[in-house]
Formats: sequence, structure tokens, C-alpha cells
Amino acid sequence: MTHLQGYLRGDGRKGIRNVVAVAYLVECAHHVAREIALPWREHDVHAIGFPGCYPNPYAERMMEQLCTHPNVGAVLLVSLGCESFNKYALERVVRASGRPVKTIMIQGTGGTRASIREGRAWVEEQRVALDAAETVPMQVGELVIGTVCGGSDGTSGITGNPAAGRAFDQLIAEGAACIFEETGELIGCEHIMAARAITPGLGAELEKSVAKAARYYATLGYGSFAAGNAEGGLSTIEEKSMGAYAKSGASPISGLLKPGDVPPRGGLYLLDVVPDGEVRFGFPNINDNAEIAELIACGAHCVLFVTGRGSVVGSAISPVVKICANPETYRRMSDDMDVDAGRILEGKASLDQVGSEIRNLVVSLAQGARTKSEELGHQEFILTYKSFEPLGPACLPAA
Amino acid sequence: MAGHDPRLILLDPRDNVFVARMRLPAGERIETGAGAALTDRDIALAHKVARRAIAPGEKILKYGAPIGVATAAIAAGSHVHVQNMKSDYTPTYHLEDERADAKG
Repeated sequence: MTHLQGYLRGDGRKGIRNVVAVAYLVECAHHVAREIALPWREHDVHAIGFPGCYPNPYAERMMEQLCTHPNVGAVLLVSLGCESFNKYALERVVRASGRPVKTIMIQGTGGTRASIREGRAWVEEQRVALDAAETVPMQVGELVIGTVCGGSDGTSGITGNPAAGRAFDQLIAEGAACIFEETGELIGCEHIMAARAITPGLGAELEKSVAKAARYYATLGYGSFAAGNAEGGLSTIEEKSMGAYAKSGASPISGLLKPGDVPPRGGLYLLDVVPDGEVRFGFPNINDNAEIAELIACGAHCVLFVTGRGSVVGSAISPVVKICANPETYRRMSDDMDVDAGRILEGKASLDQVGSEIRNLVVSLAQGARTKSEELGHQEFILTYKSFEPLGPACLPAA
Repeated sequence: MAGHDPRLILLDPRDNVFVARMRLPAGERIETGAGAALTDRDIALAHKVARRAIAPGEKILKYGAPIGVATAAIAAGSHVHVQNMKSDYTPTYHLEDERADAKG
């Protein structure tokens, strides 16, 4: 019997962390937000935010979903005062969710020092209250888990990614919702992926999402591919895609999401991260953490991050489990890695064994265990401009 | 047909490339399963090695799927990478020519 513990929220979802989010609403408020959070850098007070001064409905929805994420227990908004971000709407949404919320406007409070003082006093009160909060029993089937790969190399698609896929298959069988992503790294896999959709209409939407990504990246002139991928033995985006696709496991695909859409029930979902419409605002996701933030905005309690070259990142709000695909990298960077999937390459473990290890690690995170990146204080966060149209009716077929 | 070299992984029987399970030096004798071949340069972990001779324009198959196309004649045992293959979708950005160990 597996006993998970969660923090029950007003919408019925349960969190596996009880984070105070300190959210800056423009880059001009970033330093103040970071300073407010600093004394609790090892005690679940995380700075998140949006740097832009101009309005963007995608970013405002992302911030709403992140500030009402099940892992978040209280929210401090830090506004400079003159930015365009709709701080009133965000505060209303957080308050309606039942969470304590406060907005500090730096221009009104009297500058940096006064804002930091006021912000820290409020965070201290919240931290005391959240630390006294009771947990409730939670089932594996209530978890939402995302997966991403970054710093991929030729080992990723052979060890770490398929092992993450095996973990997904186990978690989905237990009722969890699992989300894979980066349509720009599924180029060449669209037809085999579409065949796994639970309806033909969804299959067509999955193919369309990859075609959109191929068009988008072609316009930008680069694929979703970094120089280190080539150094690690990957020669083309198709090769990287075949490896990345293995993260999805073998379960049927139940739906297509866009950033901030929460899966309606258990099952496997593809997250479409490439903006709709004409190409604007630059690359869809400028780095791995932009993708991790989108998975978390979809409600992910934790994110499985497969790396071959060796990423060190974590994230604000939800723990990141680092699965190292490359045995040479693991030996160099084991302090940063939660799972040594390179054992598969050396014949020391099977895909199923490492898949079960990952599944058990995910469950342990809801029993008090913390990831390497959490212990090291990694709380990376980035959010940039994008634009999306709403999901089409075929994207989330009824179960 | 004899088995291939245990230092190489064949991910799918349709593939025309192997994946190196460990680093292999240049000039190393490897067994392709259809005869011996020599590596043409150092092969890093998880890089690709031609399983047989591949003609220019031929698809490179890995995981049983096309991952690009050969841009040059590739001998069995040779390193298959950005110098002799390319994407059918978007060009690959890399710094392979900038690395000190790739000069000369």
C-alpha cells in the first residue's frame, strides 16, 4: 500500500509541496521579489514572474495557473506599479482559489527597502501558517506528471527517455495524468504518434500540432536543437525527435493540451508548446525551463527531466527529477542526478527496472522525499511572450 | 550472418547504423555482422557507426526510421554524423568545426 500525503486545495486538487510564491509582474520588480524570498531559499518560498511590461494574455493565464497550482499555498504579488500586467485580475483569481494573497506595489510602498521589509513580514506569517497545515491522504491517480528532455545526446533516446516512458506507463495504469511535450522535437514521429490517439479526430490534431512546429521552426531557421546535441552524437532533428518521442511510453494518447490546460482525467497527454498564428515573439521556448514552467502550469506536481549531456536545473513550484541517460555524465555529475539510467547502456539494469525506480521516486516525492535539484536550491523560472488560440473540440475527447 | 560487435548497439534490424556503447578509437577493428570494418576516426559514446556502405542520397535509418540522408559515400565502420548526413527538415546547428579536437 502506498501512502501519499497532499495539501488539499479549494478546487479539490492536492499539492505535494506547500510553496509561498513571490511573483513579480515585470522585470523592474524582480530584484525586490528575489530579495523578499531570499531568507527562505531552503524553505519553499519561490520567486516566479513575468518580465514584460506589455500585456500578453498567454503570460497572464500562465501566471494565474502557476499561482493557483496545487503545490502553492500562498501568493505575494510584487508590482512596480506602472506595468501593464493585470495585477487586479491575478489577485482576484488567487483570492477566489482560497489562498492568502497580497499585492505589494513598490511605487506606493516607498521603494526597494520598504517593499522588501513589508514583503518579508507577510511571507513570514504565511510560512508559519503553511508549516502548521495538515496533510490529507492522496492517491497515485491524483498526480499529474510532466516530462521534458534537455541537454540530449545519443544516449537519451536509448536509456533515459524510454525509461521515463516506462514510468509513465506504470503511473498511467495507476490512474495518473502524464504530459509529454515539445512538438518541435516530435518532427518525423507525427504519424506513429497519431496512430496512438484515442480518436481519429485527436490523431489529426496531434499531426497538425507537429506540422505547425515544423513550419514555425523552419521560419526561424533553426530546429529545436542545440550545438551540444550534435557533440553528443545527434546529427539531425529527426534523430533527436525519435529519441524524445520515447518519453511518451506506449499508452494511448488521451488528449492534446496547450500551456495552462489541466488534464481533465488520468491518461497520457501531449502538450502543444508552439504558438498559434504567424511567427512572432521569437523561439517557442527559449530554454528547458520555459518548457518546465509550462508543464507545471498544466498542474504537474513534478517533472521528469531526462538529460544526456548533463543539465543541472530544477524549477520553482514543482520538483524536477533528473534522469541521467549517459553513464559518463553520471559519473561526472552524480550530485545533480536522481536516477542513473546509463546503467541500461552498460547492461547493469533493464528499462523496466529503471522505469520502476523512476515511478517509485515520483511517489516518494509525495511522501516527503526531495530531489537533488531541490536540495541544491535550484528554483529556475522563466516566462516569455507567446500567443495561443483555444483548443479545438477534438483535442480532449470524452473518455 | 555472424553477430555484430558487442561494443555496438543495433536498435532495429532495418538500421544501417550502429550506436557505440562505449568510446572507440580511430582505426579500431569492428565486426559489423557482415564482415570486419575499421573506424575512420574516434567514435564517442552513443555516436553512430555505419553498419554497411551507404551511398550518397540514401536514408540513414536508426530506430528503424529515417533520421536524415547521406550527403557523401560512407564506408562501413565510418562515423555517421553531421559531416556526411543531413536533416530532411531543418539544418543542424553545430559547433563541431570549432572544437579544438576537430581541427587539422
